[in-house]
Amino acid sequence: MILVIVDHDRGVLDPTSVQAISGALALDSEVDVLVVGAAGRDVVGELASFGANTVHLAVHDSVTDFTPVASARAALELISRVSPAAVLVTGTPRGNEVLAHIAAILDLPMAAECLEIALGNDGVHQVVRNRWGGNIMETARVHSTLLLAAFAPHAVRAESAVGTGTIAEFTPALSDADLAVRILDRVGEGATGVGLTEARVIVSGGRGVGGPEGFAILEELASLLDAAIGCSRVVTSNGWRPHSEQVGQTGTKVAPDLYIACGISGATQHIAGCRTSKTIIAINTDKDAPIMGYAHYAVIGDLHTILPELVAATRAAKE
Amino acid sequence: MNIAVCAKRVPLSGGRWELTADGTEIDTSGASMGFTLSPHEECAAEAAVQLVEEFGGSSTVITVGVADSEEQIRSLLAVGIDRGVIVETDGGEWDPQGTSSALIEQVRAGSPDGAYDLVLLGTEAADTADFQVGIRIAHALGWPVVTNVKGLKITDGVARCERAVGSYREIYEVSLPAVITVKDGLNIPRYPSVPGRIKARKKSVDFIAGERPAPRLEKVKLALAVEEQRSAEILGTGTGNGADAVPALVELFRTIGVI
Repeated sequence: MILVIVDHDRGVLDPTSVQAISGALALDSEVDVLVVGAAGRDVVGELASFGANTVHLAVHDSVTDFTPVASARAALELISRVSPAAVLVTGTPRGNEVLAHIAAILDLPMAAECLEIALGNDGVHQVVRNRWGGNIMETARVHSTLLLAAFAPHAVRAESAVGTGTIAEFTPALSDADLAVRILDRVGEGATGVGLTEARVIVSGGRGVGGPEGFAILEELASLLDAAIGCSRVVTSNGWRPHSEQVGQTGTKVAPDLYIACGISGATQHIAGCRTSKTIIAINTDKDAPIMGYAHYAVIGDLHTILPELVAATRAAKE
Repeated sequence: MNIAVCAKRVPLSGGRWELTADGTEIDTSGASMGFTLSPHEECAAEAAVQLVEEFGGSSTVITVGVADSEEQIRSLLAVGIDRGVIVETDGGEWDPQGTSSALIEQVRAGSPDGAYDLVLLGTEAADTADFQVGIRIAHALGWPVVTNVKGLKITDGVARCERAVGSYREIYEVSLPAVITVKDGLNIPRYPSVPGRIKARKKSVDFIAGERPAPRLEKVKLALAVEEQRSAEILGTGTGNGADAVPALVELFRTIGVI
């Protein structure tokens, strides 16, 4: 049996975290799911639609929002009770964090950023995992009876399946120390515009945009396509756009249906953040730029000439 | 405030990655190859320098790596970190548990100015992306840990940490001593000044012999990602100013279903 920990935010399921259920079902027909927090009850039906049968719901009066160590303690209690062969998550910030707490407490190895997982019977498992944000893949052995591994986000697709979604509720034993680190507040919620991680389309700009004012035409295209604005690291380093818009290994990793890279050369750091996009279009003056090795489609030319015409044609096409 | 910053020397590629013939390492012999620190760790070091400027005390950078890591350690001394410690390896890679153990030992040993109040490091290493070393250090020391931090303010021994999630930020607070793992964007790291570089030459860097434990996350081999070979389909004629590609782009928007 494999235990998958999924995440929700105040009762709203994190769709990326669900990918680990599909990944686990490909390895073992028996998959249990752990959800932490009373609000997790709201996501059980949705989990069943991805094939979850038993959903362990850890409920504790003091856990009213994300509390990473408490989630790990709940998982540890469950691990000792149901003895899974593996505990898997999707490697979202929270998924990685909770799994690392489990690994640290048990002093077991943990493999993050996995693309493929093969369970071994003899305490040696094999994984293929991303390095350098996916530019390099590592084959590694994990020496541990219990495998702790995180799928790289979007390494597996969340597949619909029929599960019973039977709730098994329990109250984990928690100490004050387990509750010390938790979300106390949120700031900037309700900001307008489409968020990078949720956007179906991203219009992204790099050095070739030339300056902060150059982004106006990208914003026009973005509003026509209901897209979010992204940018490369040089853009945030120059202060042209806020860091929250940086796509890349050290910025936000995105996987939209369409990624339009305008004036972005395609440094490995940037590619690491957008390589899993379904379609990448590059608009660049340099036909030999590294981005051409990753883009599906390219337009060779100056974005300052192309984008105004593209905006006009897109607007006309929508009318 | 005594602060430990953990950082790691990693290869830097000016172009595409190449692997060694046996496929177990990045080939660092090419002309376009160098070494650097991850942006997350540069931000961790900048935060440490700023906190020492604000509260006094000292900062120490600790690394597990080859003797040549001194170059990267000195680059942090040049921006204001006070001293360095290198747990010296023979070049073989240490797994996250081995790395954590060596760092834990150095944090426990404290600095010449006393016990550490804060450990700052990147949420994940640029190369291996293990997402766990900071958390292992915290559990070994019995300290709280906040990860993915992009905003940090310390008041009366309490660290207020902001974590970026989509378009908003989550707020956490922890009492020191604590471990905080940070992300690029926490601050804008300063460039080393000429006096900074000169001072850095005189700062101490201690070498401690490391012995690699048997890896439990064991690297077998590396491979370059398959997308490396893709070649983009050029829209339009590929000559001229590119505007002739606009009809094809609009058609593509339709096919993908975004208009």
